[in-house]
Amino acid sequence: MKKFTMALVVSLFSSGAVADDVKLGIIFGFTGPIESLTPPMAAAAEMAMKEVTDSGSFLNGSAVTAVRADSTCIDAGAATTAAERLISAEGISAIVGADCSGVTIAVLQNTAMAKGMVMISPSATSPALSDMEDNGLFFRTAPSDAREGYVVAEMLMEKGYKSVALTYTNNDYGKGLADAIQSSFKSMNGSITIVTAHEEGKGDYSAEVGALAQAGGDLLVVAGYLDQGGKMIIQGSLDAGSFDTFFLPGGMIGDSLPAAIGSDLDGSFGVVAGTDSPGATMMAELVGAELGPFVGESYDAAALIMLAMQAANSTSSADFSKKVMDVANAPGEKIYPGELGKAMKILASGGDIDYVGASAVELIGSGESAGNYREILVSGAKNTTVGYR
Amino acid sequence: MDDFLNASVIIANFILIPGLAYGSQLALGALGVTLVFSVLRFSNIAHGETMAAGAMFTLLFTWWFKSMSISIEPFPTAILALPFATVLAACLCLITDVSIYRYYRKVKAEPAIYIIVSVGVMFVYSGFIRFLIGPNDRQMSDGQRFLFKAREFKNLTGLNEGLAIKTSQVISISSAFVAVGVLFWFLKHTRTGKSMRAFSDNEDLALLSGINPERVVLVCWIITAILATLAGSLYGLDKSFRPFVFMQLLLPIFAAAIVGGFGNPVGAIVGGFIIAFSELFVTFAYKRVLTYILPESLAPNSLTQFLSTDYKIAVSFVILVLVLLIKPKGIFSQENS
Repeated sequence: MKKFTMALVVSLFSSGAVADDVKLGIIFGFTGPIESLTPPMAAAAEMAMKEVTDSGSFLNGSAVTAVRADSTCIDAGAATTAAERLISAEGISAIVGADCSGVTIAVLQNTAMAKGMVMISPSATSPALSDMEDNGLFFRTAPSDAREGYVVAEMLMEKGYKSVALTYTNNDYGKGLADAIQSSFKSMNGSITIVTAHEEGKGDYSAEVGALAQAGGDLLVVAGYLDQGGKMIIQGSLDAGSFDTFFLPGGMIGDSLPAAIGSDLDGSFGVVAGTDSPGATMMAELVGAELGPFVGESYDAAALIMLAMQAANSTSSADFSKKVMDVANAPGEKIYPGELGKAMKILASGGDIDYVGASAVELIGSGESAGNYREILVSGAKNTTVGYR
Repeated sequence: MDDFLNASVIIANFILIPGLAYGSQLALGALGVTLVFSVLRFSNIAHGETMAAGAMFTLLFTWWFKSMSISIEPFPTAILALPFATVLAACLCLITDVSIYRYYRKVKAEPAIYIIVSVGVMFVYSGFIRFLIGPNDRQMSDGQRFLFKAREFKNLTGLNEGLAIKTSQVISISSAFVAVGVLFWFLKHTRTGKSMRAFSDNEDLALLSGINPERVVLVCWIITAILATLAGSLYGLDKSFRPFVFMQLLLPIFAAAIVGGFGNPVGAIVGGFIIAFSELFVTFAYKRVLTYILPESLAPNSLTQFLSTDYKIAVSFVILVLVLLIKPKGIFSQENS
């Protein structure tokens, strides 16, 4: 008890001593289904804060500190409580997070909107967040899953495929992607002859291959996994002579698929998340390791908050929320990871920046990443990159 | 006439041939399960993994033969590897029997205990397979993949629809028929086969008439190993070898055995084909078939699919439930058994 009181006194005293400190909450699932991903994500966000603090030019030399809290990824109640605590007890100015889509929605609707607090999530990809009422407070550096569907539909149209068959792996990823492809493709006046699900790890896919073949179409979109059902359906369709060309979304891109199927797959094409921006390489050098999932996005989320604060010259969410889109998008000087100090100086002198960061940030719509995709063409039984979009 | 031919080609290409091939693989599997059930009197949950082990041995021998550049073009090398793999699989089964099942036979364990034991054996087998060859997907087939391709068929016949027949499908169907024929001949006409049937019908009477039970058990395991290796390897040839899938195959195999009547060899074979074809018939989209055979005014606009393929797995289980409700001992049961 004595120790606790002392700690309390010390902490009260120290927080009083540095009044200029800006605190940012990091709400990630440090326990739960993605607990292996979150430590490097949080470390990246804290790295951005340290970089800004060290530059000494953030809001007249203020320091930025991080306060971590556990979103659990799945328990909306726990995540909301964590966010409440950070806002009322820790006095944070903005939230980096949350991570999983479900808890992100809960924190946004229950806490952030009620308290008027900006949230930038690095990893919530649910399409539901695109149209959600957020009072202009929510942004994300990850693209919506719907975006891949749009990109797929756009590529099909550009290559002149107007009528396609679609099969997806029967889980949230496959279903979400299939819905997105279907709605985008139809809005571009394409027609989808059949949409059918397939289960993973089944003994036989003749039924799926048969149904898809009868529905017909110029091409088959396989929103599945390359080592499992997706491969079996492609093999079966080629064997039965029902489709020659396949569209391969992200889950189907990998070296093992063309290697297993061989030259029959030549001419099929696909798309996978990826960027040719130098930001990712620079970020990897900063971290000193290969970037894990959403690590660059986490750095970018924290950086965007601080850049917007600097541009608005305020830590109040009501002021700086309007600046997030400005600092993220053109015009202005391009800012890469490790250049946050430079960006702070430009903003302080009234200049304009276009934050590129580790994940080639470009915010569209209501403030979500446009996402960057690598176009793949299978030729010579190998995946080759033919462009970026 | 052409319309009718085109429609039949569609049915043959997408239902008949894949169904026959998958059905024969299931039938061979169900036959193994049913044999163990009738002679050793328990449901062998480890049978799926026995198939996987057999297929793995075939694959290992295939690699070995390939490394010595032995091949039997245009047939897949796996055919050559099969007899050797069967020997190893039989050894595996016999080692398991001596070290595990024999004890439970001696203490006359309840069938429920046997099932749990075989679940344990299943896990040990699957660990053993992953330890030896890993969990990855591997291609087993080589040699000529097709008897003829869809495009060749179209050019040859001048029809709109193509028919593809894979070498592995022909091998599956023909070797299943040969294996079943040999098995029935063995059970009906050899002394060992007759003693197995006697043992299966009434154990005590069989013992009284001087049948050596250990010999019956030994032969039963050897036949089971042959059937499992054949089923597993044919499946691997037709699709690909992936250890995880064999555990999933266990469900349709048991469904086939139960539909036909557990312990009845003919039933197991028919059950295998019923399960394979029911999935295909119910989820097939008949639009193009109907467009060919119906007059233009009646041609359907929709896909005319009874059920979406999402419900494919449910189909075989509906049949299973119906059979258990209406004829609990299977469609091939005799009243007195």
